[in-house]
Amino acid sequence: MLLNIKNLHVSIGGKEILKGLNLGVNAGEVHAIMGPNGTGKSTLAAAITGRDGYEITEGEIWYKGKNIVGMSPEDRANEGIFLSFQYPVEIPGVSIQNFMRTAVNSKREYQGLAPMSTIEFMKLMKEKQAMVEITEKLQNRFVNVGYSGGEKKKNEIFQMAMLEPSLAILDETDSGLDIDALRIVAHGVNQLHNAENAFVVITHYQRLLDYIVPDFVHVMYDGRIVKTGGKNLALELEEKGYEWIKEL
Amino acid sequence: MDQHPNENIISEVTNKEYEYGFVTDIETDFVPKGLNEDIIRLISKKKEEPEWLLEFRLKAFRHWQTLKQPNWAHLDLPEIDYQDIIYYAAPRKRQEKQSLDEVDPELLATFDKLGISLDEQKKLSGVAVDAVMDSTSVKTTFQETLSKHGVIFMSFSEAVKQHPDLVKKYLGKVVPYTDNFFAALNSAVFSDGSFCYIPKGVRCPLELSTYFRINAANTGQFERTLIVADEGAYVSYMEGCTAPQRDENQLHAAIVEIIAETDAEVKYSTVQNWYPGDKDGKGGVYNLVTKRGLCRGDRSKISWTQVETGSAITWKYPGCVLLGDNSVGEFYSVAVTNNYQQADTGTKMIHLGKNTRSTIISKGISAGHSQNGYRGLVRVAAKAENARNYSQCDSLLLGDQCGAHTWPYVECGNDSSILEHEATTSKISEDQLFYCQQRGIPTEKAIGLIVNGYAKDVLNKLPMEFAVEAQKLLSITLEGSVG
Repeated sequence: MLLNIKNLHVSIGGKEILKGLNLGVNAGEVHAIMGPNGTGKSTLAAAITGRDGYEITEGEIWYKGKNIVGMSPEDRANEGIFLSFQYPVEIPGVSIQNFMRTAVNSKREYQGLAPMSTIEFMKLMKEKQAMVEITEKLQNRFVNVGYSGGEKKKNEIFQMAMLEPSLAILDETDSGLDIDALRIVAHGVNQLHNAENAFVVITHYQRLLDYIVPDFVHVMYDGRIVKTGGKNLALELEEKGYEWIKEL
Repeated sequence: MDQHPNENIISEVTNKEYEYGFVTDIETDFVPKGLNEDIIRLISKKKEEPEWLLEFRLKAFRHWQTLKQPNWAHLDLPEIDYQDIIYYAAPRKRQEKQSLDEVDPELLATFDKLGISLDEQKKLSGVAVDAVMDSTSVKTTFQETLSKHGVIFMSFSEAVKQHPDLVKKYLGKVVPYTDNFFAALNSAVFSDGSFCYIPKGVRCPLELSTYFRINAANTGQFERTLIVADEGAYVSYMEGCTAPQRDENQLHAAIVEIIAETDAEVKYSTVQNWYPGDKDGKGGVYNLVTKRGLCRGDRSKISWTQVETGSAITWKYPGCVLLGDNSVGEFYSVAVTNNYQQADTGTKMIHLGKNTRSTIISKGISAGHSQNGYRGLVRVAAKAENARNYSQCDSLLLGDQCGAHTWPYVECGNDSSILEHEATTSKISEDQLFYCQQRGIPTEKAIGLIVNGYAKDVLNKLPMEFAVEAQKLLSITLEGSVG
């Protein structure tokens, strides 16, 4: 199993948010995580990626056969875990090109490889831009500075393409996207998806799942996964809302 | 959640050793400790100076004795015992017959170790270097190439001998010895530095550069640089510096004077990396410097770019006096302080001529327990019709133990002028760091990336040869172990 989360308890500032969550993800799969606001979906993403301030009080996160609890966020990233941020962060004065080059070479350093040459790197950028259909114009702009909501999310997908993760978590990637941007983002994800990697898609709405078709849909409530089903579960949620799951 | 995430960063950030802290074991010629007229006469004699220069020194010294060390800056500068300092130290020459081209291999090795090759064959093409160790110039490269174009570039002492008229004409004209306490001190005891003259209409074919190195202990460094760009001339000049790691504080009080005649342009870039003291604030250089340019001719331009990462205390305000009509002054600064470093730095733009323009961009970065201040003055004289100034002062804080301050003074005597001032203060956010880390970039590299991005507007103004070094230096100063 690529990712195996066992009985995960996570607190923020002493307040327990995740209360014994279990989740197993195999390579080649797409999992959707749905649920009302404040049930711990983004906390789950933060715990998997190792964000500071999210204290794991109990449980284990197994990834590629290692319990990664306690591993630094950058090591997890370099082991192939990628998070597409709900709110991508602005870094003024740093071009996407420079940012990505630093990221790609950090990963290579982690793997004991020499840094990528400029020519190789430029080629890779071009190739990945074409793959996820993102215009070259973005690349000389500063990271997320002055981007529209759609541009920010497309840029996340571009970064994902550059870093070729084994496990990609998309946190509310569909929020704030118009239908065209949504299609481009979904197209990018589908291009990148293969038998070796897995996607965990966190979303409120069924809409995104029309384009990125999940193998499993999990419903979160109050810090746990309370229901798991196939893609039809998303349709059922769309129809019935979230009220009924509170009864589960 | 026992620690705020930023606290980890700050502790990681403070552990980098200063790379240039070594001492060269070389025989050194000292004058006795202390300061009096005899010492000044001795220095002047050692340098075989003409009478008028000794007179200049003595006048400065007598004036200095009437002054008190200034305390208006936001600095915790201790009372310095000026009698406890050695005012002249020179690496001893091996043999008297030594020619200009012959440099002690030990000295060559020292500069090599600092990344400054004095071998013209190996030297980065396009840059001529004057290397100064303690009180004397060791070697100036590419003098032949430069002299073909009529450019004079040599150590100050050499210039006094070879071009006394030029030196006499310009010395102290921009920064008179009466300017301030440290300027008076420098004028009394200055040892070496660089002199540079670009004749009419000449665009200097090489970047000129001086590299200052303090080596000897208990010694002050008091260099003096004088740059003159005659009508229509252009030169780009760079200055770098380092010092050994010592527990005592060392004094550095320099003067830089620049004169730009009609249509001339001078670009002056500094990467200042004097020893900053250890992480508990012990030792380090007191960098108390007066730098000023005079745009004397119409349409002349002087541009200061500085990257300040070193020194325990920095007190300097490179300024421009815009005397010529349509003249332009610029000041671009990145000042980084970490641990217990203190910086009070900025600029003065004095608009005297019509249609004069000035631009100030200052980026302060504070970490650790440091204090970092911008102090600037924009003065528009009554006759300076249509003067323009744009000032932007940004401060970036890393952690909550440090301080950032801004004191922008404006004195406007002419209604037709337009002065703009913008200021921001920000912090490296935990969000930015996590975003980088999530892309596989370790914390230290991430800070380097973010800080370099923040300082980009200023770093872009540096000559290519300096920009890369400056970027690395910014990262090293802040990051703990990168480099």
